[in-house]
Amino acid sequence: MNTLSWSIRRELWENRSIYVAPLAVAAVFLAGFLIGLIGLPGRMRAALALGPMEQRAAIEQPYVMAAIMLMAIALIVAVVYCLDAFYGERRDRSMLFWKSLPVSDLTTVLAKASIPILVIPLVTFAVTVATQLIMLLATSAVLAGSGISAGPLWAHVPFFRTALTNFGHLVVYHGIWYAPFYGWLLMVSAWANRAPFLWATLPPIAIGVVERVAFNTSHFAAMVRYRFIGDPGSAARAGGMTMDMLGPHSVGEYLTSPGLWFGLAVTAAFLFAAVRLRRSRGPI
Amino acid sequence: MAYIEARGLRKAYGATVALDGIDLQIEEGRILGLIGPNGAGKTTLLNAIVGLSPYEGHLAVVGRNPWTERDRLMRDVCFIADVAVLPRWIRVSQALDYLAGVHPRFDRAKADAFLAKTTIRPASKVRELSKGMVTQLHLALVMAIDARLLVLDEPTLGLDILYRKQFYDSLLTDYFERSRTVVVATHQVEEVEHVLTDVMFIDRGRVVFSRSMEDVESRYREVQVHPDRIAAARALDPIHERQGIGRSILLFEGVDPQQLGTLGDVRTPSVADLFVAIMGSRSGRARGATQ
Repeated sequence: MNTLSWSIRRELWENRSIYVAPLAVAAVFLAGFLIGLIGLPGRMRAALALGPMEQRAAIEQPYVMAAIMLMAIALIVAVVYCLDAFYGERRDRSMLFWKSLPVSDLTTVLAKASIPILVIPLVTFAVTVATQLIMLLATSAVLAGSGISAGPLWAHVPFFRTALTNFGHLVVYHGIWYAPFYGWLLMVSAWANRAPFLWATLPPIAIGVVERVAFNTSHFAAMVRYRFIGDPGSAARAGGMTMDMLGPHSVGEYLTSPGLWFGLAVTAAFLFAAVRLRRSRGPI
Repeated sequence: MAYIEARGLRKAYGATVALDGIDLQIEEGRILGLIGPNGAGKTTLLNAIVGLSPYEGHLAVVGRNPWTERDRLMRDVCFIADVAVLPRWIRVSQALDYLAGVHPRFDRAKADAFLAKTTIRPASKVRELSKGMVTQLHLALVMAIDARLLVLDEPTLGLDILYRKQFYDSLLTDYFERSRTVVVATHQVEEVEHVLTDVMFIDRGRVVFSRSMEDVESRYREVQVHPDRIAAARALDPIHERQGIGRSILLFEGVDPQQLGTLGDVRTPSVADLFVAIMGSRSGRARGATQ
């Protein structure tokens, strides 16, 4: 347990982009948002004149945008991290140092897998909540200064419920639901002797093409697409980009869905392969 | 107890046989020099010993199977592959923290004391250090681990002579303090031979020579033969002959030193001379066989 926590800490020392990237995106977004507060009272009056649905969409729009931008950067950081996780230590031969220490390959793989599956979602969650809180407080202050009630703002962007939604989406969705993608990327990183990005992307494309040509079906592509964007119908039912769409519809439904457990089993298989590969693949 | 015990160790990369039936036994407290030409299988052998690569045959290192128990083995074994493997992004203080966190036998105070004698600052990253300083850092980390067995694979490759000397001097001091067991593979025979208790030559995956240094000193003699005694000297079946300055130098095994004294100046050969003689006669025989 101790070696695992030190190994996770080591990953954070090496890959500072895990927290620097979301913080940088949040800072840039907040800078833009705070400058935009100049025109806020006018926009708020216009929004309050709209019907309830449109009003809500107009008020919560910047909050959804902040969450989506942070999620996007978290996804990019996670993919880049996974592809370099084992490839990097083999390329610079530092694996010979890491392997000279009493840390098992299993511990190392679990520490590296926990970064995209747990650490990055939790960091992104914390940054998202902090960003949205700053936005809410700054907006409330400006509204108070121009004599407009902040009531509708807090009604449409309820802080705790929004935070809960973010938690659900980031940790449950980006972490656990995407875990098979991260497992695959980590395995490729442990295996490939060059161009891990191509090895990670071309074989799945090849499988899709072969299936299409041979059987004229696209089950594999549909499976990957479903894993990546979820049920295509759910976005349409939710009625476009809203905060609700980002959350799981029901925790119970999610926990009992076979897709979740199938995904975790696939992840475990990829990680097991990564353990074996890390043991046998040498420096490149 | 034998610290390393190998019987019939084999390893092939495709059609290339890297280890061809190695037998090896190293007892506690010995310092074995593993010497061989490039591609002889030294690194393959050491990688098998520290659990970095699979092998065929029997191998036990401090009583463990290195391939299946690498993480537990590494509590008792220290390994330096060469000094260029420390991750370049890590800070000196982070390396110390991490080792103190994961290694039950790491003595942080000892590493700090060693580093205090150098110009290395704790806040520096490895990439900011010179190659010599990286060596000192790696040495500080390894010396602070109370390991039972130290495995070194060309540890001083690419270093200048001052750092090479410092490396082996530190190693020697440490050895006498604690009675460590060491296996070192190197090309720089001259620098290690005064440290070794045993020497082993390997060539094309086989052990071609394995003796304790006492054995080498008592059995082998090198003679600078007087020009007029050369025929008599050759009659004693030397294992090697080379040309010195104005005189032939002949190497003998197991010949009475008093008898050799009548031929010229007798001395104990260096390990390097012995290596050249034994490898030279092997390749000579190999050439003879193909003709």
